[in-house]
Amino acid sequence: MLQNVRILSVLFALFPAIAWSEWEVNMTRGVTDTSAAVFDLHMIVFYICVAISVVVFGVMFWSIYHHRKSKGAESHPFHESTSIEILWTIVPTIILIIILVPATKTLVESYDTSESDMDIQVTGYQWKWRYKYIGQDVDFFSVMTTPSDEIYNKADKNPNYLLEVDNPLVVPINKKIRFLFTSNDVIHAWWVPALALKKDAIPGFINESFTKINKPGIYRGQCAELCGKDHGFMPIVIKAVPEEEYIAWLDERKSLKEKEASASQKDWTMEELMAKGEQVYNKSCSACHQPTGVGLPPVFPALKGSAIALGPMDDHLDIVFNGKSGTGMSGFGEQLSAVDLAAVVTYERNAWGNNVGDILLPADVEKMKGGK
Amino acid sequence: MTTQVADVEHGHENGHGPATGITRWLFTTNHKDIGTMYLIFSLVMLFIGGSMAFVIRAELFQPGLQLVEPAFFNQMITMHGLIMVFGAVMPAFVGLANWMIPMMIGAPDMALPRLNNLSFWILPFAFTMMMSTLFMDGGGPNFGWTFYAPLSTTYAPPSTTFFILAIHMMGASSIMGAINVVVTIVNMRAPGMTYMKMPMFCWTWLITAFLLIAVMPVLAGVVTMMLMDIHFGTSFFDAGGGGDPVLFQHVFWFFGHPEVYIMILPSFGVVSEVIPTFARKKLFGYHSMVYAIVAIAVLSFVVWAHHMFTVGMPLAGEIFFMYTTMLIAVPTGVKIFNWVSTMFRGSMTFETPMLYAIAFVILFTIGGLSGIMLALAPVDFVYHDTYFVVAHFHYVLVPGAIFGIFAAVYYWLPKWSGKMYDESLAKFHFWVSFIGLNLTFFPMHFVGLAGMPRRIPDYPLQFADFNMIVSIGAFMFGTSQLIFVYVLIKTLRSGEKAPQRPWEGAEGLEWTVPSPAPYHTFATPPKVD
Repeated sequence: MLQNVRILSVLFALFPAIAWSEWEVNMTRGVTDTSAAVFDLHMIVFYICVAISVVVFGVMFWSIYHHRKSKGAESHPFHESTSIEILWTIVPTIILIIILVPATKTLVESYDTSESDMDIQVTGYQWKWRYKYIGQDVDFFSVMTTPSDEIYNKADKNPNYLLEVDNPLVVPINKKIRFLFTSNDVIHAWWVPALALKKDAIPGFINESFTKINKPGIYRGQCAELCGKDHGFMPIVIKAVPEEEYIAWLDERKSLKEKEASASQKDWTMEELMAKGEQVYNKSCSACHQPTGVGLPPVFPALKGSAIALGPMDDHLDIVFNGKSGTGMSGFGEQLSAVDLAAVVTYERNAWGNNVGDILLPADVEKMKGGK
Repeated sequence: MTTQVADVEHGHENGHGPATGITRWLFTTNHKDIGTMYLIFSLVMLFIGGSMAFVIRAELFQPGLQLVEPAFFNQMITMHGLIMVFGAVMPAFVGLANWMIPMMIGAPDMALPRLNNLSFWILPFAFTMMMSTLFMDGGGPNFGWTFYAPLSTTYAPPSTTFFILAIHMMGASSIMGAINVVVTIVNMRAPGMTYMKMPMFCWTWLITAFLLIAVMPVLAGVVTMMLMDIHFGTSFFDAGGGGDPVLFQHVFWFFGHPEVYIMILPSFGVVSEVIPTFARKKLFGYHSMVYAIVAIAVLSFVVWAHHMFTVGMPLAGEIFFMYTTMLIAVPTGVKIFNWVSTMFRGSMTFETPMLYAIAFVILFTIGGLSGIMLALAPVDFVYHDTYFVVAHFHYVLVPGAIFGIFAAVYYWLPKWSGKMYDESLAKFHFWVSFIGLNLTFFPMHFVGLAGMPRRIPDYPLQFADFNMIVSIGAFMFGTSQLIFVYVLIKTLRSGEKAPQRPWEGAEGLEWTVPSPAPYHTFATPPKVD
């Protein structure tokens, strides 16, 4: 016993992560009416299941204890009873009907497709989410920000380890929100436990779900459908705020966009582009092509010494901008700003011993963006 | 079911024993030899699949990436699932069917012995090919054992073509094995053995065989569609060409749901043999048991989309599949009540097969109850693709299918080998497995409800404690299977001689032949009253 305690204390000392652990054993009640209904249903069914097992296991353990040969029990040769068999067919059926009534009610409620106050399109990408506020001209990507040092145990893990993003989805409370789910590549599933909302994002199809958040706060979730290598690293963060705050945030978002546009008109130097490019690369490209540019062939090709990175600038930009169909390479033309695109292309052409020496200016990328 | 002892010892064998050397195993058409090969193959696969589970649990022992990269982790979860389903559980059941069905129905062999040889020998090649993909460029299958398109088509590694061919071969093997079982049971029962006198294990296998024949071609169809999408420019699963990724899931689960019953029904049969033996009492409700199996099998064809509640089905679809799924609880409940009633007022002893059978009933019931919870569409929106699901299906598959197999092996090992296993060592194996198993899979319910998605190589910190416990349990459960191997070796080497009927309460034709069962049994059919 003492030894066990010692082993455990060593384990605890080794892994500070454990200190954050919460021993959470049940579903969250969540912050929407639907999630509360789902939680209640979950608990009802759970207790019914416990009651059933108490009865079944009770009889079983009682028999095991009393009707054992070592206690001199003799076998009674009954092996059929039509009435009791009918009884234990009918009683479970009734129990099931009792469960199905509230389940059907909750299901029908969650399919309430009446008019929504706002619509957000959620698109899954390998391995990030894109949120488009329909009718608002706000459209951005949300990428995990947990540093790889934390993932590879070179740094202490922060409390929101793997559940933090650069741009959270900001929504107002007490508004009926319609989410439209789709995907750019493989099937993903958008899941936020606090909303009891999980829906598959399927390429080429649109699914819809509704929610109305009652309480301000930050709610975190993860992709729930295996979507490739970094499936475990595409979290969802929702920030639910009062309506005024939401409107202020919308305005800020829009002004940010103008700022980005003016940045692309500036004259950028090689050094500036390389520094910026490295940041962009590590955020958007290194998951597949690896931080050192060697890729994971044959699925994710190397950029170091590749024909495209060393070849003509236009072809290089084209593949980064439009992607390559039939592969995991998605088009970044819409995901990244002109500055980011220019920087990352420049970086790929001049990093890891790729010494093409030329630079791509944001203004040129802007032309391509305009041309589309 | 009393019988006359078959006169196998009286020269009906014509001195025709097994060949010697490797050719005995390569060319054998003997149901016992083929059964043995199936069982050994399955044990090897259990260890290969289990060592992959070790890799998975070692990586998940603590948060962060320590041992393997996510790309390899995904290959491990995929291979673990495929190997356990197609390599460990299914061949083990076919092995048991080969050994036991002819002996239980009083037939001299399986009806189609050469087909039997072929269906076994396909398997080692299929699995060698599938596992060789791990060493190919781009790695092996990394899209989960459910291989949802387009992750398994457009975005799959080049080795997927080999995976598809391997699945085709496994499917062909299963279909041949199933046809053999059906033909044997329909045509070769001893005189007087009507369907309603058949041992429950044969009944469950007959239904299983029909399920296999019905759904393995569907699996072959879906992988062929994948092959076409990958190589021949079709767009079954690509919306860009007019296809639909969800079509894949519908076709896959039309195979996949009956498949889960394929992996549990023979265990139902085993438990229905073992419990009456050790309770020294006839199986309660034989007829309702048969009807329940048939009902489960029929219902299994109309519930498949409960695996897909979150794909965006219309409300009517969700309700239909929720109701039909709930309906399955009724016949399943009947079976559990029957087993409990068989124990009730019996005269029980608790040898190892009985321990496994009782653990089966308890743990399978837990898995079944979490199945009822999962059947509720609105709550499934939360459970879906979390560790709650992982806990559920491991509770029905490990203590379900695998404990059923252990019960069968301990129950019939004296008949196969002619020797008794070491009872206390076998009980030790049971208890370590039982504790390890619950330590592994029970906490998964908690992390699932708390919000941990399945198939992730790394997890947020709030799941750390339970994951560590799960990993410790998994190491314990996995390692305890070495005890099983030791028990087997010890039995074969130095087990005490087993009597013809080692279990006091055992009934059935297999106990009317000597132990070990001679190479040919029932050359003259026994007469069943």
